[in-house]
Amino acid sequence: MKIGVFVCHCGTNIEGTVDTAAVAAASREFPGVVFATDTMYACSEPGQDGIIEAIKEHKLDGVVVASCTPRMHEPTFRRTLERAGLNRYLFEMANIREHVSWIGKDREANTNKSADLVRMAAAKLLKNRPLFSKQFPVNKSVMVVGGGVAGIQAALDCANGGLKVVLVEKDTTIGGKMAKLDKTFPTVDCSSCVLGPLMVDVAQHPNINLHAYSEIEEVNGYVGNFEIKVKKKASYVDWDACTGCGLCVEKCPSRKATDFFNEKLATTKAINIPFPQAIPKKAKIDPDFCMKIQKDKCGVCAKVCPSEAIDFTQKDEFITENVGAVVAATGFDLFDWTVYGQYGGGKYPDVITSLQYERMLSASGPSEGHIKRPSDGKEPKNVVFIQCVGSRDKSVGRPYCSGFCCMYTAKQTILTKDHIPDSQSHVFYMDIRSPGKLYDEFTRRAMEEYGANYIRGRVSMIYPKGDNLVVRGADTLMGAQVEIDADLVVLAVGAEASVGATDLAKKLRISYDAYGFFMEGHPKLKPVETNTAGVYLAGACQGPKDIPASVAQGSAAASKVLGLFSQDMLASDPQVSVVDIKRCIGCGKCIQTCPFGAIKEIDFRGMKKADVIETICQGCGICTSTCPQGAVQLQHFTDNQILAEVNAICRF
Amino acid sequence: MEIVNITKSYDSSFVKQVEKESGQNMSHCYQCGNCTAGCPYTFVYDQPVNQIMRLVQAGQKETVLKSKSLWLCATCESCTTRCPNNIDVAHIMDVLRHMARREGYAPVPTVKSFWDSFLSSVEKHGRVFEIGLLASYIAKTGRFWTDVDLGPKVLPKGKMHFKPPQIQGKEEVQKIFNRFKEESRK
Repeated sequence: MKIGVFVCHCGTNIEGTVDTAAVAAASREFPGVVFATDTMYACSEPGQDGIIEAIKEHKLDGVVVASCTPRMHEPTFRRTLERAGLNRYLFEMANIREHVSWIGKDREANTNKSADLVRMAAAKLLKNRPLFSKQFPVNKSVMVVGGGVAGIQAALDCANGGLKVVLVEKDTTIGGKMAKLDKTFPTVDCSSCVLGPLMVDVAQHPNINLHAYSEIEEVNGYVGNFEIKVKKKASYVDWDACTGCGLCVEKCPSRKATDFFNEKLATTKAINIPFPQAIPKKAKIDPDFCMKIQKDKCGVCAKVCPSEAIDFTQKDEFITENVGAVVAATGFDLFDWTVYGQYGGGKYPDVITSLQYERMLSASGPSEGHIKRPSDGKEPKNVVFIQCVGSRDKSVGRPYCSGFCCMYTAKQTILTKDHIPDSQSHVFYMDIRSPGKLYDEFTRRAMEEYGANYIRGRVSMIYPKGDNLVVRGADTLMGAQVEIDADLVVLAVGAEASVGATDLAKKLRISYDAYGFFMEGHPKLKPVETNTAGVYLAGACQGPKDIPASVAQGSAAASKVLGLFSQDMLASDPQVSVVDIKRCIGCGKCIQTCPFGAIKEIDFRGMKKADVIETICQGCGICTSTCPQGAVQLQHFTDNQILAEVNAICRF
Repeated sequence: MEIVNITKSYDSSFVKQVEKESGQNMSHCYQCGNCTAGCPYTFVYDQPVNQIMRLVQAGQKETVLKSKSLWLCATCESCTTRCPNNIDVAHIMDVLRHMARREGYAPVPTVKSFWDSFLSSVEKHGRVFEIGLLASYIAKTGRFWTDVDLGPKVLPKGKMHFKPPQIQGKEEVQKIFNRFKEESRK
């Protein structure tokens, strides 16, 4: 093999602390290297042209570029090789920027280390073989998991782009958290008026198949060809027959069922439809509160239902959907604020969460848009808002900022003034974070036009005094302790990963961070991709975000899916494991360790052997280090290739 | 208020010393004010505790060590309990008290006198001898009538004895004091 080495200056990024000309000179002595030079910017057009020229002039059949991380420019240079007529895998990269120039100051040591890294790359390259992708067909339909605003947007965009969409929602209605909100910032427009039409579009779209009250049970397959088992949970109502007339809800005598939609501010009927604009508008029985299911008495709903839809014996049902891509849009849940003893830990009925307050403000909420204290139903005059409850707090394991609480608190102070003109809002805050279009102006309006009293400090104690609550906190700008006699306290509870997010991540084989939020492929350049091909993210499941950002991500995920499906066939990555059938003893250890389920057992002339399903294999290499026989080899990272690198670095 | 010249007055060795002695990282404090919000002694402080934290961050050694707040802190640890960043604020207050004492600051002399009397009583008797403490404190401060109203309530309950207590392990307590003196001389 004739190897060419190109040592990049990266401007002064590398040249500043590495003598690239000396590295190139040293490279000329390495086995196989016939040409070596330094270059200003290898990735630039003249840089790439220089590589192509050198390949032609010196008849090179292997290239090493010593520059930045392969995560940055490996695809760039592989394309360069292809343009010069070489196989893209006859290329190696030595990372002398992140691994050398950026981390060390000693020019001589850096130069030596760079030369060593090039030596390793060249040694591996000598063992490289051309690899070729395979083509496989794509199932051009997509599953969107989660019917909040991000999922709705992703589903509609995909459906409008001509794809078949399967939308899976765990509740009986889509709409997510946004459906619970009264108004949205910074325009103070009605949340359900904005969301409602989109929900109706989902219901009516010929390309969207909605599975509400369903969850993902099992995910098999790979990009282009997923096979997903969906659990349709028992609602005890035949939804094909149910017309959503609501007669059953009206007649149901069991009134104590937990009202999750209204954030437990009120109770609801054992058979219920969460809210009037629900999509699908279907009734569901809460078996814990249904007298027929619990005690075999009653059955009024079945008697009154005009379409005979009630079915007390209904069981969970499993269906299988075949799709080519998945968009996870499972959103967030609220932090359990009752860990804070200083806010009463749930003891005081008049200390509520921000989302409960939204339901209170909403005309479709339990108090029909009237702000009433949960304890005695009186209208509060002094309302205290406390920000950063379960956000930016290491002591409860939530060091991150939830991002939207500053804004919705400002909105809630404005709405409070609108509902009760002689009320006074007080906001305890640490910093106001309003970096969005018209956001800061909005918080200023809350203060300047609506007279919200912003107090910079936190609250250390809430205690009852008569009918009221005393809120004791600090005003750090004044340098004093302050107390407020409050009628109602609203906690701006932060966001955390939704319940069950990590289980779903495991099923989808995507990574999640320490808090359970799904990991994007790259924090800047791949915000909606995951590291599993064909699985995309949208909305707050990736990290707390507000409605505009969730919608933008929903559309972004849809555009990625549409882009993926613009091809009829997909190329597989040849950097996967292969089994040497002669060496395999059929022990099955690789099958156990494979995190992707990509290895299956086959029968080969009566012998058990392992076989890699190329399209599922992600090339992680766990099987290769597990195999006691060395029979499984990861292509492009074979034992021989890695040992060649080791030998190159451990010469003495 | 005078202008604080940060370039001239920032004392980095002071910040480092506080961090070393307390084992806390001052940069963890983001000034939320929760310590002040919960502190039961803010009403007598000249600087609320979050401002003490800020002054230490800003390396304002003299202002901190002159503060009366250090001496009025009851070490109830409400600040430590409430801190969202897990900073042991009470420990920092304690470290600052020690530093102030070493540097000769005692802006609330009566508190210092009480501590001196208390500790010398413990050193001498192995535990506190209340009447002796009282006598020593009054001798140092001349405050004869301090808490005199509590006498009739406490005496009948047998909480005060006129003879010094005799306890076991008196010598061991003495050794603690000796060790402290020896180590602080290093």
